[in-house]
Order: sequence, then C-alpha cells, then structure tokens
Amino acid sequence: MIRHTIGMAFIWLGMLFNFFGVLGLLRLPDVYSRLQAATKCITFGSAGLLFGVFVLKGFTSFGFKVLLAIAFIFLTAPISAHAIARAAHRSRIPLCPESVVDLYEADHELKEEGRHASS
Amino acid sequence: MRILRWLAGSIVLGALAVLNFFVFDGPLLVKLINVSLFSALVVLYRVVRGPSPADRVIALDILGILIIGVLALLGLYYDQGFFMDIALIWALLSFVAALAFAKILEGRRLDD
Repeated sequence: MIRHTIGMAFIWLGMLFNFFGVLGLLRLPDVYSRLQAATKCITFGSAGLLFGVFVLKGFTSFGFKVLLAIAFIFLTAPISAHAIARAAHRSRIPLCPESVVDLYEADHELKEEGRHASS
Repeated sequence: MRILRWLAGSIVLGALAVLNFFVFDGPLLVKLINVSLFSALVVLYRVVRGPSPADRVIALDILGILIIGVLALLGLYYDQGFFMDIALIWALLSFVAALAFAKILEGRRLDD
C-alpha cells in the first residue's frame, strides 16, 4: 500500500514537470530559452515518472528495463541538447531582442583573435 | 490584450483538466496517459510552427523523451514488459537523429 502511494506520487510529480516544461517550450521567446526550459524540465520529469513506475513494479524485468531507460535518458539528453544549442549558435540563429549579453559569441571572437595573432 | 490571452489559455486548460479528471470516467492511469499525450500534442504544435529549424529539432528530441514516459505508463496499465523495449529503441533512435540534425544544422556533412 505504501509502495503504491510512493510510486503514484513520483508519477504525478514527473507528469507535472513534463507539463510545465512543455508550457515553457510553447511560451518562451527564444530558441535557447526554449531549449533550457524544455530539456531540464522534461529530462527530470520523465526520469521521475519512470522511477515511479520502477517503484510500482519492483525488481522484475520490467523494473530493470525502466532503470536502464532512466540511465539512458540521463546520459543522452544533455548531450543532444548541448549539440543542438551549439549548432543553433553557429548557424547564426538570433537571440531574442530582450537579451542583454552573449558570452559564447564574445568567447568565440576572443579565440579567433588569438588564433590570428599567433599565426 | 495580453491579459485576455492569458485568461483564454487558463480557461481552455482548466476546462480540459476538468473534462479529463472529473467528467471522463476511466481508470486513473488512463487519465495520466491523457495528460502526457496532450503535452505531446503541444510539442507537435512547436514542430509545425517553429520559426527556425533549431526549434523543430529541439521539439522532436523532446517528443522522443515524452513518448518514453507515455510508453512506461502504457506498460504499467497493460502489465506487459515489451513496451519498455519499444521505449528504449525509441530513445536510442531519437538521440541519434538529434545528433545528426545538429550536425546538418551546423553546416557540416554527416561523414565529416
């Protein structure tokens, strides 16, 4: 009984995280802020939901597959998010007009200047 | 105008939540699957209308992670384990597709 309660609590928590992450994906003004909201919220939300399913199912083959899926999500979601953000910045997709600083661009320019000075 | 849009969105979301949790008569897991599928529908809106290609790639990546949760709940509802196999393969293919799309978006070729 208490296992059922804990598992359903984790599933509700993960589902709420998913829903608010999707709202952020819908409402935010910019590629990068959308990426930030969606990736963090939905990675943690799906991992919480899967952990709730693992608590409900226990140590069966279903449960071990769920643990494998959690490990896979935690390994791959930040990698793909980082790759997409870097590609978007390199293909000159602009930031939203309200943004004040772009440190990645400044860092890139500094690196280019250093390369020209050394060669 | 802004307050009107917030009000309309809140009314639509509240009506959907009431319809799902109080009017619709079904098991609790089916209601949770309904909420996750509605989230996937919102992500599909971003795929169709995203202003830049990066938005579409992000939304497809996110859709893959959402579908893993939906498949886990479906497997819990039907009490069968092969749904998690489908979820693992979907996660792997979504990851590889996101990396390939990022490489194409950056202007490089795939065998680079």
